Amino acid sequence: MAKMTMVQAINLALKQEMEKDDNVVVLGEDVGVDGGVFRVTEGLFEQFGENRVMDTPLAEAGIIGFSIGMALYGLKPVCEIQFSGFTYLGFHQLESHAARLRGRSAGRFTVPMVLRAPYGGGVRALEHHSESREAYFAHTPGLKMVIPSSPRNARALLVSAIRDPDPVVYFEPKALYRAFREEVPEDEETMELGRSRIAREGKDITLISYGAMLHETMQAASALHQKQGIEAEVIDLMTIAPLDDALFIESARKTGRVVVIHEAPRSFGPGAEVAVRLVEKSFLYLEAPIRRVTGFDLVIPLFQREKAYLPGVDRIVRAVRETLDF
Amino acid sequence: MPRQEIELPYRIDYLSILDEQGKVDQDLEPDVDKDFLLKLHRGMLLGRRFDERLLQLQRQGRMGTFAPITGQEAAQIGAVAALEDSDWLVPSFREMAAEIWRGKTMENVILLYAGYNEGGAIPDGLNNLPIAIPVGTQTLHAAGIAYAMKYRQEKHVAMVFFGDGATSEGDFHEALNFAGVFQVPVVFVCQNNHWAISIPRSKQTRSKTLAQKALAYGVPGIQVDGNDVLAVYSAAREAVERARSGDGPSMIECVTYRMSVHTTADDPKRYRREEDVEGWVAKDPITRFEKYLKSRKIFTDKKIEAIEAEIKQEIKEAVERSEKKMEELGDPLLMFDHVFAELPPYLREQHEELRKELRQDST
Repeated sequence: MAKMTMVQAINLALKQEMEKDDNVVVLGEDVGVDGGVFRVTEGLFEQFGENRVMDTPLAEAGIIGFSIGMALYGLKPVCEIQFSGFTYLGFHQLESHAARLRGRSAGRFTVPMVLRAPYGGGVRALEHHSESREAYFAHTPGLKMVIPSSPRNARALLVSAIRDPDPVVYFEPKALYRAFREEVPEDEETMELGRSRIAREGKDITLISYGAMLHETMQAASALHQKQGIEAEVIDLMTIAPLDDALFIESARKTGRVVVIHEAPRSFGPGAEVAVRLVEKSFLYLEAPIRRVTGFDLVIPLFQREKAYLPGVDRIVRAVRETLDF
Repeated sequence: MPRQEIELPYRIDYLSILDEQGKVDQDLEPDVDKDFLLKLHRGMLLGRRFDERLLQLQRQGRMGTFAPITGQEAAQIGAVAALEDSDWLVPSFREMAAEIWRGKTMENVILLYAGYNEGGAIPDGLNNLPIAIPVGTQTLHAAGIAYAMKYRQEKHVAMVFFGDGATSEGDFHEALNFAGVFQVPVVFVCQNNHWAISIPRSKQTRSKTLAQKALAYGVPGIQVDGNDVLAVYSAAREAVERARSGDGPSMIECVTYRMSVHTTADDPKRYRREEDVEGWVAKDPITRFEKYLKSRKIFTDKKIEAIEAEIKQEIKEAVERSEKKMEELGDPLLMFDHVFAELPPYLREQHEELRKELRQDST
């Protein structure tokens, strides 16, 4: 096992899947010779050549629509959109076609593609480079929406996403790209999509998060434990759609108190769906209102004010205390 | 440092082989056998008659909205006639004649427009995509399919259809650009029928031709008389051969006319004059081709009658089959089929919710 950053772990997933299956093709802007602006595809061009690691023209709808065609023919394209804030230029291709061709052809055609894009704040970037709009994709029937939280699960989830017979939007929390290293096994590892995991066990309160915010949540959980002996259970969703509600409902039935944490805007965000599922399926177990600690309903501000916008440890700790004191 | 003209690798030709009287330019007449000519005629006539039948079904309330093809039969049949079965057809939503030529069943066409998703079903082995309604978006799929063909070193070709309106969409330009950059075996077939609902061709673009748009992407383009099935076929054959031999994409602009409504929900009287349409009656692609076939003594009026009767019977049987099929598709729970390879838990719950609701309604 080697200790890897998330960038290295995603690179490993791509490399190994490409070695294993000739149908896997990587395409996008600057993914070839340059190895991607975050170096996620570094070395792939040299190993697999320009037919499998394609530097494309600068056109997001083109990249996504072209990938759909490749997938319809049986390839497994993994396209990169350089920042999630540019996926909207090709959103219609995902919404109108990738998500629907299975249904439209009554099962004859599938679109086994993966769209990778870095998302989220925390890297002092320009406008359009820090947003967290996973809800658009999660709201679209026929799309899967995956967000890893660590190098190891990033690698395993990406392998599963590439092998999935349906289109998967895979958002990479860029704040975590090089934030820490984790042991990643050299041998193949997969993780079923549509499954959440318990990142920390506890009995007093359930904290539900994913992506970069999982780490703020984990830190908040340790602080609460150290200072007050509060045992928070933390759930990492990993797949936003189809959402696995079994684990967090079970946890909420045990703790009776829930806080949902994400950096996406609050209204109609993933937290809203989580909260409603809890109300639908564990109403009588709840001891306090479900709290959401999220981005505000604003375009994420430029980086001087970004820290105040993003949920952080203090905000999470406060929400937990208030929920426990209710 | 003079200012001088830059020579471009391509120029724009206009191709016409059969005139409105059915007179052929013998130098350009494609070398094809009699059976093939008869097949072209039958494909066009079937498209026309089925279109008329669909319109009746829609007016009788037995079917919902659809986009008629009348007037565009040559621009469709001439193009797909240049394909092999192993090639791929990527239609938009007004290419019913082309789809049927390629093996789509008439009953599926009826089913789709009668409101059953199953009408979009494509049997295994048939290389047609289902129709694409968002204008121009399918052009990218064809380019991607063609890339996959090239990647696998298979000598197949993808042919994509779209209209004059689509040439204003970004996806069309991105598709031509990707196809040009990666030199993939795709043929772009523009059905310039002069109307995008109420917007005339002249308001769609200032360009003199639509074909010239391909040139900007380093892709050869040609304009053809889209009501001349021999011209469309000749241009398509050339483009398909170019693609198959590894020389990359092409674009064909078929100049034709939408003789009918945009869709059955449209009233063209609001934006075009009857006289405009009448001018195109003389250019009818089927009448013109029949004159040519008769002049070559390939068939007679009697033969046409026999073909008409055959087609009528085929359509009647297709309507009957579609009605029978509709009876099998009465269960609304079928809406949960084909979302993902496997239904995830929350969708299973919703499926169960509807199942219970339907059971209650029936009691």
